[in-house]
Amino acid sequence: MTVTDPAPDAAAAELQEQFDAVIARHDRVEPRDWMPEKYRATLVRQIAQHAHSEIIGMQPEGNWITRAPSLRRKATLLAKVQDEAGHGLYLYSAAETLGASRGELTEKLISGKQKYSSIFNYPTLSYADVGTIGWLVDGAAICNQVPLCRTSYGPYGRSMIRICKEESFHQRQGYELLMTMMRGTDEQRAMVQESVDRFWWPALMMFGPPDADSPNTAQSMAWGIKRDTNDDLRQKFVDMSVPQAERLGVTLPDPDLRWNAERGAHDFGQPDWDEFMAVVKGGGPCNAERIAHRKRAHDDGAWVREAASAFAAKGA
Amino acid sequence: MTDDHDSVYDGLLGEDDSHWAFGTSFEDPLAGVDTTIPDGADPATLATYCLMLGDDALVYSHRLSQWASNAPDLEDDIALANTALDLLGQARLLLARAAAADPSAVPAMPEGSPVPAEDSLAFFRDEPAFRNLRFVEPENGDFAVTIARLLVFSTYRLALLERLASSSDPVLSAIAAKGVKEVAYHRTYAGRWFVTLAQGTPESRRRLEAALPLVWRHHDELFATHPVEADAAAQGVGVDPAGLAGEVGAVLDQVLATAGVERPEVPSAGPVAGGRGRDGRHTEHLSRLLAEMQSVARAHPRGQW
Amino acid sequence: MPDSQPEDFAADGGHGAVPLDGVPTALGEQPPSGEWPLYEVFVRGKRGLNHVHVGSLHAADDTMAVHHARDVYTRRNEGVSIWVVRADAITASSPDEKDPMFAPAGDKVYRHPTFYDIPDDVPHM
Repeated sequence: MTVTDPAPDAAAAELQEQFDAVIARHDRVEPRDWMPEKYRATLVRQIAQHAHSEIIGMQPEGNWITRAPSLRRKATLLAKVQDEAGHGLYLYSAAETLGASRGELTEKLISGKQKYSSIFNYPTLSYADVGTIGWLVDGAAICNQVPLCRTSYGPYGRSMIRICKEESFHQRQGYELLMTMMRGTDEQRAMVQESVDRFWWPALMMFGPPDADSPNTAQSMAWGIKRDTNDDLRQKFVDMSVPQAERLGVTLPDPDLRWNAERGAHDFGQPDWDEFMAVVKGGGPCNAERIAHRKRAHDDGAWVREAASAFAAKGA
Repeated sequence: MTDDHDSVYDGLLGEDDSHWAFGTSFEDPLAGVDTTIPDGADPATLATYCLMLGDDALVYSHRLSQWASNAPDLEDDIALANTALDLLGQARLLLARAAAADPSAVPAMPEGSPVPAEDSLAFFRDEPAFRNLRFVEPENGDFAVTIARLLVFSTYRLALLERLASSSDPVLSAIAAKGVKEVAYHRTYAGRWFVTLAQGTPESRRRLEAALPLVWRHHDELFATHPVEADAAAQGVGVDPAGLAGEVGAVLDQVLATAGVERPEVPSAGPVAGGRGRDGRHTEHLSRLLAEMQSVARAHPRGQW
Repeated sequence: MPDSQPEDFAADGGHGAVPLDGVPTALGEQPPSGEWPLYEVFVRGKRGLNHVHVGSLHAADDTMAVHHARDVYTRRNEGVSIWVVRADAITASSPDEKDPMFAPAGDKVYRHPTFYDIPDDVPHM
């Protein structure tokens, strides 16, 4: 805590008590409330990196806007990429309630100090990837995001509600694209399977390493920022995806995947966590390109933003 | 109060899904519309005329969509995508109208191809069959070029669609009436940015002044009446663009005056072997644009998407 | 590997696992110069309802803020009425007099634009 004088001990203890009471009764923490610095910092980190993920996430799918194979798909894809810009914007606004400005957070993204979801460091190599990202990647995102609608921090939860609403459209359009392609030619079916083969494991990685390796989870859950563990969410995602894959007619590339009647859930293999770590550390297929793209857009836009500021200052 | 709060969503997202690209009315863009050719109109003329306006929208939408994830800020990324989506919607309707008016305009597809007619027109027509103005073809350039081009194009198209709303073809009339609202917004957006860039910083003014001559090279082509446009106007279904020049010029002069920028004096881009965009003679940009746009569709002529 | 520390990750980044350790979250740094000011957006979704806070955005001036609000929050849905107001022009009461965390900026609503209230029982999807 560098911005305020430490409150006297007694007052600090009272504030802490009030905060704990809000959390205990599952009430919402609002921007003007006192909050522990670590709670605030955890939220800024989480919301900022979530926002960055939305913004970087525009690129892999944006890669296919100019090649969408029908007018309908072109409109759908452009609208989806546009939604992601909107989601990023809502989330940056939520972070702003915690004192972190969008410009400041963008600098941290571009300089690599803050990260984004590693899934977006994988390339999109065929039009089927647009469908697979909608189905698996957005599906995994929904598993992550729906619990966040009830997160303890008010502005974050409220922006998540709107995002989840739009995200469910995304998953549906992705799945529907794959269904349509599966009804098409043999080449199209092969394209769908190849795409699912590439994205299945990275999608499982989206939930993060096993709980045993995630020491901060407990604190985040106690604060009501996080509501489910990485492993719980991953299990839920697998159980949800298996019947969808069957209905679609694709095979999920995991030889260990099978129903466990005893657990009432699917057993499945572990993703390659070494690959995950390498991607997070910058060694993914597209890390450099994603950041360079964002930096270029931001830098190229600087003169435009300055022009608008100068014009507004003259008009004021 | 909670009801109020709830219904904000319903008001914004719940009831009218026309702003979603995921609406339900996708399968046939003209479903339920009477596509009978109006009395006195020639089907081939009507179809070609629809292709001209549809191709303008399609090619320009494609260009604007290239701003996605590249705009100067998130808010303008969203605004430019909205503009591209509006034009794409117009293109789809206009190409569908062209196909309904004259099925012989639609490229022949392999036996059993499920590709709908408007997609055949967009993805399986070769470059010389595209009837768009050369004005919409060049690369976006920087934000100043984009804004200058959008200002001129939306001013022109707004004047056109306002007149087209009284077309004797009820389909074109309806498409135009819807488009007027959209394009009026594009013009406002472009005009506001145009003045902002002109009077913002020395750098933004320098860029805008550099952009104008590039855009103006193809300005005169907007008002050069093609024989098909003349016929469409004579038959009551279309608009003669030569008649738009006065109004468009007045609007542009007003924006230029507000911005304090001179109307550029540059030679117009000349014809190619006597032809321009409306004749199917294009800039070097269009073939690359189409090669990219059509690549996936053409690789799978029997594909379903 | 230069960094052999065990790292923590969470799926909380919405779109998937993001690292938790070593990520700066500094508060109160000056925004980069030239950043457009923050506006709060209020929308009346349909007639008969109040304008309700829907979120915020950045714009260089009031006119741009209205345009952006229309693009971002209403998708140009006609019949929707929009209000925008610069966040730093809002004077707010403090629901709790003791808010030392924000005390130095207690009158700056810039620090706490809020989204609108949603009851707990709203379905997720």
